Amino acid sequence: MILLRLVVAFLASIGRSTLGLLMATGRLAIFAGNALSQIARPPYYPVELGRQLLSVGYFSLPVVGMTALFTGAALALQIWAGGARFNAGTVVPSIVAIGIVRELGPVLGGLMVAGRVSSSIAAEIGTMRVTEQIDALTTLSTDPMKYLVLPRVLAGILAVPVLVAIGDVIGIFGGYLIGTTRLGFNSGAYIKNTLDFLTATDIASSLVKACAFGFILTLMGCYHGYHSGRGAQGVGAATTNAVVSASILILAANYVLTEAFF
Amino acid sequence: MADSGDIALPDTSTPGVPRIELRDVKKRFGHKRVLNGVSFKVMPGESLVIIGGSGTGKSVTLKCILGIIRCDSGQILLDGQPDDSSDRRTFLKQFGMLFQGGALFDSLSVWQNVAFRLRHARRPMPRKEARERAIEKLRRVGLGPETADLYPAELSGGMQKRVGLARAIATDPRIIFFDEPTAGLDPIMAGVINDLIRELVTEMGATAVTITHDMTTVRTVADHVAMLHDGKVQWFGRIEDMDSATDPYLDQFIHGRATGPIAAIR
Repeated sequence: MILLRLVVAFLASIGRSTLGLLMATGRLAIFAGNALSQIARPPYYPVELGRQLLSVGYFSLPVVGMTALFTGAALALQIWAGGARFNAGTVVPSIVAIGIVRELGPVLGGLMVAGRVSSSIAAEIGTMRVTEQIDALTTLSTDPMKYLVLPRVLAGILAVPVLVAIGDVIGIFGGYLIGTTRLGFNSGAYIKNTLDFLTATDIASSLVKACAFGFILTLMGCYHGYHSGRGAQGVGAATTNAVVSASILILAANYVLTEAFF
Repeated sequence: MADSGDIALPDTSTPGVPRIELRDVKKRFGHKRVLNGVSFKVMPGESLVIIGGSGTGKSVTLKCILGIIRCDSGQILLDGQPDDSSDRRTFLKQFGMLFQGGALFDSLSVWQNVAFRLRHARRPMPRKEARERAIEKLRRVGLGPETADLYPAELSGGMQKRVGLARAIATDPRIIFFDEPTAGLDPIMAGVINDLIRELVTEMGATAVTITHDMTTVRTVADHVAMLHDGKVQWFGRIEDMDSATDPYLDQFIHGRATGPIAAIR
């Protein structure tokens, strides 16, 4: 009898978790649909969009640039050390280029921007929720989804690909610096090798991934901030949840998109 | 009529028809029943003050009227008509609201806060004209033009309340809600805000609904008083009749007694 109760309790907990997950997924899908549907309905807030493009894009540039530079440099050293075991050290330029453009540029760039932007969006919108600023927007005849969420999500979709493209170039440059100064590569040969090896699909996959990651990281910031609990604890939890969920979803989306592209 | 800057709609009220009427409005959050059949009427140009203990549903009532929260059942009528949710913007143009904490937008300057509705209308008011209008409204609530370019974080609590008030009246709305207008203010500043609310409501001819725990506010601002208890209107009457009313709940509340039918610990 006790065993039966334990089994039922165990199954019930699985059922509860599954239902909870499905409900959360449904809520997020409705939120995303509602945000994106605002594109088709005026009025629009170009000043807000411009402000968010600066916040998400321009101010994330140092973080993404530094991440890409050091990653490219470390990657060059690793490939050199690993390739030397079977006399394949010369593949450094091509593998750095492919590694950065296909994977590390968008993924690390996305994760770094998620850490910076998702948390900031969740904290800002969460504080607006707690201090009734979102209710105030509504009473001032302004749809919070249109004024707060859409500009941030659009800024993510538009700015993150640009960031990642710049990050890709800086990452390859990091590899080039190490390759030419420490590993003895000829400058012209390194560049030629890099350019010869990269294909249009590599670049397209990088930018498509960046678009998707930009959407995910801004959406998660907005979603968790919008549904923030009360008080400082609620805003803190929203911020943490935004970064964690954005990071996990970026990694999951990266796998799906890699499968789709290659 | 041009609606540049979302100026409030013309007054189309019918004599004898309440500006706001709630009929048996109910609302629950999960297992917690907050409103359990709230009914009252507010006539055009009248000022109703809603009092009641914390958690009795005062703010929820206002948010239900505004449509920020959807009530579970009952009817909310404006000028005798139910809310036509198909055009929220037109519906909300009738309202101004002062929030408890001011709810000013941190990223915008004072004048941009006051002129927010004017600048974000379907046909936005030009920047210069909107700024002038904001400064005029700031002056009306006792703030000089030098405050226009400050940010909310640079203002004291009393000044934030005044800016919130200026924002609430920026488009001369027909209905104004005040949520705890004197909460967190010293008695002198509270008196200033109370007098301002009374003056503005009288001057504009607006219909006002105020939520408060502050009995000074009740006596300064109210034409009528509604006391909420246990999700219902426990007492409703004219301000002149409040002190002589025999309702034990009202008596305990207005005299701030710890003993009586309202449990001190809820």
